Amino acid sequence: MSLSRLRNLIIGDAQADRVVPPSGFTAQLTLFVSGAMAFLAVFALALSLASGRLADRWADELARAATLRINAPAEQRAAQTEAALAILDQTPGVASARALSREEQAALLAPWFGAELPLDNLPVPQLIEVIEGEPGYDATGLRLRLQAEVPGAILDDHTRWRAPLVDAAQALRRLAWVSILLIGGATAAMITLAANAALAANAQVIEVLRLVGALDSYIAQAFIRRFTLRALVGASVGIALGMVGVWLMPEASREGGFLTGLGFQGWTWLLPLLIPLLGAIVAFAATTRAANKRLGDLA
Amino acid sequence: MIELDNVGYNYGGGELLSNVSVKLAPGSFHFLTGPSGAGKTTLLKLCYGALTPTSGRARAFNMDINGLDRDQMAFLRRRVGVVHQDCRFLDHLSVLENIALPLTVSGRDITQEEANLRELLTWVGLSERAHATPPELSGGERQRAALARSVILSPDVIIADEPTGNVDWEMSQRLLQLLVELNHMGKTVLVATHDLSLIRAAKKQVQARVLRISNRQLQQAGADL
Repeated sequence: MSLSRLRNLIIGDAQADRVVPPSGFTAQLTLFVSGAMAFLAVFALALSLASGRLADRWADELARAATLRINAPAEQRAAQTEAALAILDQTPGVASARALSREEQAALLAPWFGAELPLDNLPVPQLIEVIEGEPGYDATGLRLRLQAEVPGAILDDHTRWRAPLVDAAQALRRLAWVSILLIGGATAAMITLAANAALAANAQVIEVLRLVGALDSYIAQAFIRRFTLRALVGASVGIALGMVGVWLMPEASREGGFLTGLGFQGWTWLLPLLIPLLGAIVAFAATTRAANKRLGDLA
Repeated sequence: MIELDNVGYNYGGGELLSNVSVKLAPGSFHFLTGPSGAGKTTLLKLCYGALTPTSGRARAFNMDINGLDRDQMAFLRRRVGVVHQDCRFLDHLSVLENIALPLTVSGRDITQEEANLRELLTWVGLSERAHATPPELSGGERQRAALARSVILSPDVIIADEPTGNVDWEMSQRLLQLLVELNHMGKTVLVATHDLSLIRAAKKQVQARVLRISNRQLQQAGADL
């Protein structure tokens, strides 16, 4: 597109704008579709960003932490705990290791057994929290050594349940991006339909314009400009409402889990501002294609 | 200027025009006559490129009309002013805006052409009706507005299809007078009409050549006109 065409598209020409009569229902349809799609796109974007953050956090936190469980008779538990801590202290890649206190273990079990759990009377294993350093430790080698020197020790590096969680969050993120693409495609389809309806309704106007010497590019531009601006305005209203909706959602908290973290953080609040621009580009491309095809058919 | 060379036109059902040859020289005045359905409008459309001949060759301003692309066709339309029987106005625009439409679509600023537009409106006697919309005009006013629109870009050729079809005798004389004035300004004029009294009246004012379509052929009309 030439610079003069781009300038005409943005600035417009009052005379040219009057030549094609405003077409009622297609104008409202374009505004509504753009607004609704932009609103949905804001939520899909928020979902994508939130699930991405979640996947990264889970992957990061779980990858760095492991638990060592000492399942030993009560009289051997302290000795085996000491031995395990000594081995962990010597293991390259282990940043730190510490045995959980009785209070910490009781707190972990409290959701299931209550706060008054008599931990001393129960055969509860001793838990050791292991924090991985950079680079990480060799889990297989550590297991073999523990097996030989601390028979009651079981190392759980969370791989078993970490991978499906991270996969689920990443799948959610992919799903959100697919939704955004589908929203873009649906917007293009709806605007194409609206543009075709407007072009068909104005077939006689197009014929008159051709009779008096209008170039097809002039006729097409009258429609393209109108639909692009409508999509821009509709999408701007849509994202404004969508952003208010996201802003009104509860803030992220550990207790609330995933649902309360569904929103934008920091500079990502600027990302939805791209949606009206993309909506206008989609409308421009869809209307250009529809207008060129329709004018070719009418020639 | 415009030349049809052995042109034929087939509407699908049968041949409407066959081996038609005509040459519109610069500054000439032609009437095209013949019974309804004989192909007058088709022949006019072949002259300004709205239809493509099924045989033969149509040329305008030394260009083969058959080979013009859509942009070249638009530029040709700016050099040929056309007055349609049904006028073809945009009803949502005022008379002034409709007359200025060829200027608007060719990218000219009509505010700078206002003096010319006012002069043109006065010439066709519509200065009081500039801001009316086309549905508010009478038949004669519509035809005069259509004529004004056809000449706004100062084209070399003016083609009028039954311009007096829907107007009374007095108005048809006024329209004829305008067409004769254009011819005196050097414009080539081609008028399709079935109104023989109009042709007789014109021959008193201008040297006009009369062509008649009969049995798919174009013939020079006799002295009976």
